[in-house]
This record gives sequence, structure tokens and C-alpha cells, in this order.
Amino acid sequence: MGINTNIKKVKRGVNMRTNFDKELDLLNKELIKMGSLVEDKIKAAVEALINRDANLAKNIIERDIEVDNMERDIESKCLKLILRQQPVAGDLRLISSILKMITDLERIGDHAQDISEISLLILNEKYIKELTHIPQMAEVVIYMVKRSIDAFVNHDMDLAHEVIKLDDKVDYLFDIIKDELILLIREDADNGEQAINFLMIAKYFERIGDHAENIAEWVVFSITGEHVN
Amino acid sequence: MRNLNGNKSKFVYQVKGLNLWYGDKQVLKDINMKVLENEITAIIGPSGCGKSTFVKTLNRMTDNIPIVRTEGEILYNSQDIFNSEMKVEELRTKVGMVFQKPNPFPKSIFENVVYGPKIHGIKSKKTLMEIAEQSLRGAALWEEVKDRLSDNAYGLSGGQQQRLCIARTMAVSPEVILMDEPTASLDPVATMKIEELMEDLKKEYTIIIVTHNMQQAARISDKTAFFLSGELIEFDKTNKVFGNPADKRTEDYITGRFG
Repeated sequence: MGINTNIKKVKRGVNMRTNFDKELDLLNKELIKMGSLVEDKIKAAVEALINRDANLAKNIIERDIEVDNMERDIESKCLKLILRQQPVAGDLRLISSILKMITDLERIGDHAQDISEISLLILNEKYIKELTHIPQMAEVVIYMVKRSIDAFVNHDMDLAHEVIKLDDKVDYLFDIIKDELILLIREDADNGEQAINFLMIAKYFERIGDHAENIAEWVVFSITGEHVN
Repeated sequence: MRNLNGNKSKFVYQVKGLNLWYGDKQVLKDINMKVLENEITAIIGPSGCGKSTFVKTLNRMTDNIPIVRTEGEILYNSQDIFNSEMKVEELRTKVGMVFQKPNPFPKSIFENVVYGPKIHGIKSKKTLMEIAEQSLRGAALWEEVKDRLSDNAYGLSGGQQQRLCIARTMAVSPEVILMDEPTASLDPVATMKIEELMEDLKKEYTIIIVTHNMQQAARISDKTAFFLSGELIEFDKTNKVFGNPADKRTEDYITGRFG
């Protein structure tokens, strides 16, 4: 009987770090998933406010745990990679950026919940004014969140800078809303309570804009190793 | 010029346009590099990239290889080491070397440490004892061996032997210590002791270390030099090289994409 000449073939590409790259790829996918989940939450929050939809608002609050769980999950994957791969250079910047970005994403999720909680307080009342700038703010911050994640996935510096710049627009809209609400309180002190609630909602949208800006700044860091001034 | 510790500092080594051949094969190509005193410089790169050859050239250990030919300058304290006036023995006293495999002499611990000083003519038993204690303390080995200085050095563990070799190097008061993969054959605890020791040593010495261990280079060194196929690809602060390397080949190597 001759020897077995069927030597087991072990496939291995030119790239020696297939496993590490696979895990990084998975991490990217999870971040995209978390990003779109958070994006949906902001969309739902503004929808619940405009349509006075109490069920939708409650649903947002109840489902906050989903975002929290994703954050924990991605965080533990990052820590595992740091432990096992001891990443350096671009890999280290990528993983540490993800660790920071998920914190921002989680906070955005929290703010969507905060907005829904306030919405529940006022959506049975007649609104003191027609909603125009708040939906505009929502539109901008949703775009910012979406594009910041796109910028990360595609290593797109221009897009990241576009997101960073957009935060000025959010701040501008917030100032307009604030001025309008001050006027409404001056006109009639009874508007006060709702005006304050609207101001808080606007403030939460403004904070969401800040967090989206942070994400875009981490994108720049992960690509260049330098922080945006 | 200031070194990374913030002290006013000087260049111990200035390598200018160094080329080196083994026969027809060129193994170092136009190396230019400056080493500041009291810094730890890590030399990294894949096997055969010329990093060990480079380090051995710094105290002319490559002289022992008959087919070696060099071009260019290596200024050690502003003096060209290839100059005919350079005394190789003096150079090697000032620039000590520690190797991958601990290589104590088959003598007592004490005799190992004072071997160099004795060759340099020091006879006083008291002076030799002082040198031995100082060197062994410096190499963080004193407490472990002070009661058995006359025991054979071969009875020490690998990590202790390596620290003994460092003590032996220190005993002739060098300025520079070259280390060629000094922890490659040691366990993690012995490795950690050597790394801790290096941090202390750099207050008094300039250290140039060849290592295959990326994490070690990142942990211990102030500057890192990346060699590839005989070329110095990148030489910069360690935080820069491991955080945000300028050359793609450096990034590819340290992240394990080749090598």
C-alpha cells in the first residue's frame, strides 16, 4: 500500500491577515446597522411629534434598549480585537474611532427617546405654532447621521467635512426656533409651558447634530490620524 | 536639539549614506539616520531586511566577516568609525552589545561581570567588587545573585543570564548598548524585566534594539526605524510610526499585511 498522496490543501490568499480583515469588515457592517437603527429612531421621533402619534412615541421609548445592546455588542467586539490583534496604525485608529462613534450613536438614540418623552407630554394639546423649523432641523440631523456613517464606510473625507459644516445650519435653525418661542411667550404667557417643551425638543435635535459632527470628526481621525480643529 | 526626555542632547550616531555589501549582494542601501543620546531606538523589519547587519555595523562587528564591504560614514560622537584612526577595541568598549541568546562565559557570576574591567587592567579586588555590584544592580540582578556571586553563571535562568550579559556590558561603562533581539528567547516575565530595565538604562545609556516584536518596539522605544530590503523606509517617533506611519509599506508591515 502506497502512502496517501492527497495532502490536505489549506487555502490561504496573498493577504496573510484574512481573519482580522474579516472581523474588521463585520465590525463595519454592525456599525452601519447601528447607524441606520439610530437614523430610523430620529425619523420616528419627529414623525410622532408632527403626527401626534402617541403609540409611535411610546414605541421609540420602549425600543431604546435595542440601540444600547448594539453599542455593548460592538464595544465588546472592539475590545476583543484590541486584545487579540493588538492593532497598530490604521487598524488601531479604525477600532478606537468605532469605539468613540458608538458612544455618539448611543447618545443620539437617547435623544430620540428624550424627544419622544416630551412629545408625549404635548401631543394632546393644540400646538402653539405650526411646526416648520423643527422638522427642518430633524431633516438636517438625519442627513448628518446618515452621511457621517457613509463617510466612515467609504473613507470619504469630503463627505465628513460636509457633515461637520452642516452643524452650523443646525445651530442656526435652533437660534431661529429659540427667538420664535421667546416671541410666543411674550405674546401670551400661557404659551410658556409648551414653548419650553418645544425649546427642549429643539435642543435635543441640536445635540444630535453635535454628536453627528463628532462622528464625522472621528471619521477624519481614523483616516488621517489628526483631529479636526 | 533636545531629546524626547526634554534634555539638551547630542547625536551619538550620525549615519550618512551607508551602503554595505556581502560579496556582490548589497544588504544596506544608502542609510541615513541620526541617533540622539539617552533615547531608545527600535529597529524593526522582516527577516533579511538588514536590521541586524546595520546594528552590527555600528560597532564594526561586521569587520569579522571577510566579504563585507562598506561605503559611507558612521559618525560616532562626530568621529567616523571607519576612519583608520578609530580604535575598534575602544569603540566596542563604548558601544556594547547584547545578543538574542544569552552568552555568559562558563565562569562564575562575578567573573562574568568583571571580565571586561579586568582586561582593561583593573586589578584591585575592591574596585572590581564595586564594579560588579554596581553593574549587577544596574541590570536589576543584584538582589537575586548577591549571595552566590561565585556560582557558575550557567546555573542562572535564561532571563537572569540575559541580565548578567547586560551587567557585563555595563561593567566597562559604555555609552551605547546595542541589543539584537534580547528577549527573543525569554518568557514573558523575563521579557518584562528586561523591558523595565531598559527604561531605567536609558537615563544613562543610549539604546538601539533590534526586535521582531512589534508590541515591544511600541512599548519601549522613543524612535522606531523600519527597514525593508536593506533600505531605511521610515524613521520617526515611535508614536508616529505605530499610530500613523507615513509610508504605506510601514503600515502594511506593522499591521501584518506582509512580512
